[in-house]
Amino acid sequence: MEINDIIKPQNLVYRKPSLLNDAHMHYCPGCSHGVVHKLVAEVIEDMHAEEYAIGVSPVGCAVFAYNYIDIDWLEAAHGRATAMATAVKRLMPDKLVFTYQGDGDFAAIGTCESIHSCNRGENITIIFINNAIYGMTGGQMAPTTLLGQKTATCPYGRRADLNGYPLSITPLLAQLDGTCYVTRQSVHTPAAVRKAKKAIRKAFENSMQAKGTSVVEIVSTCNSGWKLTPQQANEWMVKNMFEKYPLGDLKDNG
Amino acid sequence: MKDEVTLMKGNEALAIAAIRYGADGYFGYPITPQSEVLECLEAQMPWETTGMVVLQAESEVASINMVYAGASCGKAVFTSTSSPGFSLMQEGMSYMAASEVPALVINVMRGGPGLGTIHPSQADYFQACKGGGHGDYHMIVLAPSSVQEMADFVALGWDLAFKYRCVSMILADGLVGQMMEKVVLPPQRPRRTEEQIRQQCPWAVNGRKDMRPKNIITSLELDDDKMEENNRRFQATYRLIEKNETRCELVDTDDCDYLIVSFGSTARISMKAMEIARKQGIKVGLARPITLWPFPEKHIREAAKNVKGILVVELDAGQMIEDVKLAVECKLPVEHFGRMGGNVPTPDEVLNALKEKFIND
Amino acid sequence: MATVKGAVTVNTERCKGCNLCVVACPSGVLDLKKKEVNNRGYHYAYMIAPDKCIGCQSCALVCPDACIEVYRVVEK
Repeated sequence: MEINDIIKPQNLVYRKPSLLNDAHMHYCPGCSHGVVHKLVAEVIEDMHAEEYAIGVSPVGCAVFAYNYIDIDWLEAAHGRATAMATAVKRLMPDKLVFTYQGDGDFAAIGTCESIHSCNRGENITIIFINNAIYGMTGGQMAPTTLLGQKTATCPYGRRADLNGYPLSITPLLAQLDGTCYVTRQSVHTPAAVRKAKKAIRKAFENSMQAKGTSVVEIVSTCNSGWKLTPQQANEWMVKNMFEKYPLGDLKDNG
Repeated sequence: MKDEVTLMKGNEALAIAAIRYGADGYFGYPITPQSEVLECLEAQMPWETTGMVVLQAESEVASINMVYAGASCGKAVFTSTSSPGFSLMQEGMSYMAASEVPALVINVMRGGPGLGTIHPSQADYFQACKGGGHGDYHMIVLAPSSVQEMADFVALGWDLAFKYRCVSMILADGLVGQMMEKVVLPPQRPRRTEEQIRQQCPWAVNGRKDMRPKNIITSLELDDDKMEENNRRFQATYRLIEKNETRCELVDTDDCDYLIVSFGSTARISMKAMEIARKQGIKVGLARPITLWPFPEKHIREAAKNVKGILVVELDAGQMIEDVKLAVECKLPVEHFGRMGGNVPTPDEVLNALKEKFIND
Repeated sequence: MATVKGAVTVNTERCKGCNLCVVACPSGVLDLKKKEVNNRGYHYAYMIAPDKCIGCQSCALVCPDACIEVYRVVEK
């Protein structure tokens, strides 16, 4: 069978979700953000939620998420995405409301809003990209930066005595009564991508069923910030990140 | 229909007026001397009647960003706070101005700087009128001097905010917020439906119904030319507001030899001082700016045409006086009298100050 | 016995040449162009061994820029 006989519309099994538009994404080659954007767009399409989905983008690398996924968006001040999502969902409970935040936004400057939104059990989904570094500002230390990991602001490696410990925030959120689903996923292999998509779908459904707050942490790479190739970054993540941030469901109220 | 007259605190009148306006949501954090706003709303339980959302947030920072979000959805949302809390909100104020969303923010001022005192002050004038947050922006600043105006300015503030897609602020002080007076409350209006909001605010983020083009509310624009264009648009709106919405009350300014300029609670004290002065044969008039931004320059310039001096009475070290001097282009003596730290002057103190500065040698 | 044949297309202008699809492919179908670049200067992905493709979608799943479409035919 010739290639041209295979490449026919009736044989198409995977394509870019149409909600992910043709705009060139500003992310570095190999960045996990692109995969997660794709999954968010796919899940919204699968749920036919295009007309009632509202995203809140953060300050950080994903600040321009609104340019890529064709739904209504708010762009939050640094760290305040969950406060904004709280108001949107309370004012319009029939909407699918989610935030998309990095580790600096969610777990440093926004920790207060993050914890209280989860504790109130807001019926929103939080997609939390943890790549252990500040990507947009040029590779500075994040709250989740590992001990020994080198960044622009801990150039000799993070030290507990100088910089404190890496913050594993997701288990804290799992302890709160307001959260219904807290999970940690990654997108570095085809199998991981499939699992992450299922997690996002479940979280979005929880939000629409008013079960409480769902948190989907995606342990991610920042190959530019880590100064590795995309492939090396995936390997480094598996070797180093998964020990501190192990994958799997931390809480699932069903 | 007979007016519904009742006796209540300024903070309470404001809260009830907001429910009656058809507000969609309130997000706030307790701080003296304005906590009655949230307390009153929680006691009224408007979610059971109009469907209005009331939420005690975790901080003023969260509150203002909740308001930012609700306003971005085209909803009539508001928050209230007092001076230290308003400082925390400045980032959100700047973002709302940049995103051109209509919101209502109330600052019931207390004495500062710092944690200061819980008693009345007007020392947030600069912060409110000159842009407390970063960037070139303004908001409409309304200064109530009675419980009635605390109620009335809710509707005025929101109407202006939606008309110009800007933030309106009610800049009250602890005296107006806490004192009880008789007030005529407005009738209950229905909240707007989502369909009405879609028509009134086609820019609002409320989902791509019928797959309309997506709406994005953001204050970010990395293209310098586009950001400059945004700024030009903001400024054009501000010029329009200055032209259309400047408000000032003038009392006995036709024949006055001396003019007092004062807003909010001190305007009432000054009014009494003016009455006493007139009984003593000193012709004093009063200009009470109702909008602090836009500042009623023309009103004051007109009222000051034939006066020998202007006394600016405010509960601070002298903030509004700068705008008064600019209004009269420093062509006549402009003096300041004020108390600070939560203290409020008596009418006699005001009159004595006027005599000392302009009449006694 | 049924055999599965697959093929992919790459949106070469969207591709950033990150190589993750090449790594994810279980059959060694893909590679990056060694010399040719797209308008942004990236060595984009292409099928170097199209006969080996089984249409498993692994490459497309891990692609951060959603530039791969996958086609699949089951021959009986």
